[in-house]
Amino acid sequence: MIASRADWLLALPVLVPLIACALSAALRGRARAQRLVTGSAAAAMLLAAGALVAEVVRRGVIATQMGDWAAPFGITLVADLFSSAMVAITALIYAVTAVQAHADPGVRAEEGLWHPLLAALVLGVAGAFLAGDLFNLYVWFEVMLIASFGLLVLGGGRAQLDAAVKYAVLNLVATTVFLIAVGLAYGLTGTLNLADMARRMPEVPNQGAAAAVAFLLLAAFGAKAAVFPLFFWLPASYHTAAAPVAAIFAGLLTKVGVYAMIRAVTLVFPAGQDWMAPLLWAVAAGTMVVGVLGAAAHWDLRRILSFHIISQIGYMIVGLAVATPFAVAGAVFYIIHHIIVKANLFLVAGAIRRAGGSFSLAALGGLWRRDPWLGILFAIPALSLAGLPPLSGFWAKFMVVKSGFDAGWYVLAAVALGTGILTLYSMLKIWIEAFWKEPPAGAAVVALAGRERWLLLGPVAVLALVTLGIGLWAEPFAAYALAAGEQLTNREAYNRRRARSPPVSRPRPWNLLAWLWLAALFLRELLLSAAAVMRATLSPRLELRPGIVAVPLRLRSAAGVTLLAHMVTLTPGTTALHVSRDRKVMYVHAMDAADPDAVRASIAERLEAPAMRVLP
Amino acid sequence: METLLALLFGLLLAAACYMLLARSLPRVILGLMLLGNAANLSIIAAGRVAGTAPPLVERGAQALAAGASNPLPQALVLTAIVISFALTAFVMVLAWATWRAEGTLDPETLRRAEPPALPSTDKEAAAEAEARP
Repeated sequence: MIASRADWLLALPVLVPLIACALSAALRGRARAQRLVTGSAAAAMLLAAGALVAEVVRRGVIATQMGDWAAPFGITLVADLFSSAMVAITALIYAVTAVQAHADPGVRAEEGLWHPLLAALVLGVAGAFLAGDLFNLYVWFEVMLIASFGLLVLGGGRAQLDAAVKYAVLNLVATTVFLIAVGLAYGLTGTLNLADMARRMPEVPNQGAAAAVAFLLLAAFGAKAAVFPLFFWLPASYHTAAAPVAAIFAGLLTKVGVYAMIRAVTLVFPAGQDWMAPLLWAVAAGTMVVGVLGAAAHWDLRRILSFHIISQIGYMIVGLAVATPFAVAGAVFYIIHHIIVKANLFLVAGAIRRAGGSFSLAALGGLWRRDPWLGILFAIPALSLAGLPPLSGFWAKFMVVKSGFDAGWYVLAAVALGTGILTLYSMLKIWIEAFWKEPPAGAAVVALAGRERWLLLGPVAVLALVTLGIGLWAEPFAAYALAAGEQLTNREAYNRRRARSPPVSRPRPWNLLAWLWLAALFLRELLLSAAAVMRATLSPRLELRPGIVAVPLRLRSAAGVTLLAHMVTLTPGTTALHVSRDRKVMYVHAMDAADPDAVRASIAERLEAPAMRVLP
Repeated sequence: METLLALLFGLLLAAACYMLLARSLPRVILGLMLLGNAANLSIIAAGRVAGTAPPLVERGAQALAAGASNPLPQALVLTAIVISFALTAFVMVLAWATWRAEGTLDPETLRRAEPPALPSTDKEAAAEAEARP
């Protein structure tokens, strides 16, 4: 069989880092050649991932069988909207980390190992996102794990060794539990292919055993994702790694666990396990609270950020616990936002360390006066993490919390909001201590300059622009997440692997540009009609023919109709009197209704059309 | 046969848990190895022990003859063994390096990354701890 385009698109995100890993391992000792390999691999992977996303958006879920063995026997690679977006983000983080690592002394000392290990880690992560069967997911987890072991001890400090022992043992236990669950799932369903397993799992006669498998899988993935109460390895290890290593760990590794949880819960065990929702509820709340309180107690930049990884994972689990399409979409949006912001914060931490000489808040100070750009580049991801508009974190939190309120999970949603406030506290603590406070006596101060400055701050700026971009143009990203959420909660799409019709149009209240446009048009309307009323009042002859006009409505949402009615009433000369019960007609009193059709047309075109774009 | 395997799986799991909780890194590693073997057994048992004949398709036949063993779990276990071999080797080297650096393998006293009184919960202590090499 001749490989089609879909086959190549699915294989490339795995092939590129694989080749890069082999090449850079062979080129050990030649740092320049290795850098070239890593740089071109990251660029190639970005292109490949972009093409994959485009293909999935166009054609829906795509799949390929490696070696042409028919499903469910062969090795399947599958991409839907969620996994292809994750691959794209992985490629982005690969690129920015590779750039910043040039400026990190710890990494540069071990550059021969850094390049192949980094490529192996990316290989494992991308493979896990595209794996279409449970055993392959396990293998990719192991690839990722062994590479992360190597990266964690890179530089070989004594604290790193200690951290690696804990990290290795707890993660190995988690993957072995995963392997046991794989074996049991295979015993129950006779298949390892995820789509096939999803079909057969509800027909398993022993549903108790199915529940046990579900629990084991959740526990294994939960330990990988560092959720409460399985998070201990994360704050014990992440703070010791070199700055670029910590950035890529913080961005990608735990999110692979969350990805696997979402995949397992939405695809294989979507219903019939009624213990799952309360369990996930408790896990989500515990994760958010423990993470954010742990962060509040610490005075070391990396430890604060490590604990915030945990608290943010809780938000993603909220989306998974609520499990409506909108909630899952929120979780997807949250993961995408979080990978970018978290990796960015760790990259900034590396730059702060370089500029201020320490990761400890007490030893830092005065950075704002010395380098405002560093401050701005810290503030953007920090405020995004806390969820302040107009940054990406605001929309991510908005979607997750709204889904909680919509589903009636008020306590969980309230916990999520409280966690957001405490996150802001931690970020302000860093800001005040590192940037505003007078530097303590004897602080090691380095002015970032020249090439080093670009290497340290360039990647940070790129990621900051991405988070700002997602925040300001949230609409396409939210629409993508909504489509991914629909796809995840509609199992048929993944199982049949064919294109689905695009999701129905929904309110898009996060489109800032459309709101701004609406505000501008309304202001214009206000001024024009005020002028018209003034002219009519001042004119000596009264030529007005007031009347009540029935305006047919195209808006369907209650919020949209309310918005329109207010706009009509605020505009001088017209007043909205009544809206019919079925919301199809609005009765408007117009000062001059000589031509009722003109009144209808002006309301429909000038006010209703822009309102349709925000609240249809 | 499956019952026997299931019992053995349970036994290995219990032994692995006991070893993992030990206050000595080599024992913890042995526990990890036992846990890995328990997982392999669970896969073999889950694949049903139908027969012992080699899983080879006869010339001209389209499927395995009756009495042949299930090849898929064997392939899976083979992969898992290779992976756990590599990971165990890594952890043993890690333990060795730790022993050389710290002179102890007691997880309770291995607290360099997280000292008993965590300095980073205290502002001044955190700065001092980092100043020390």
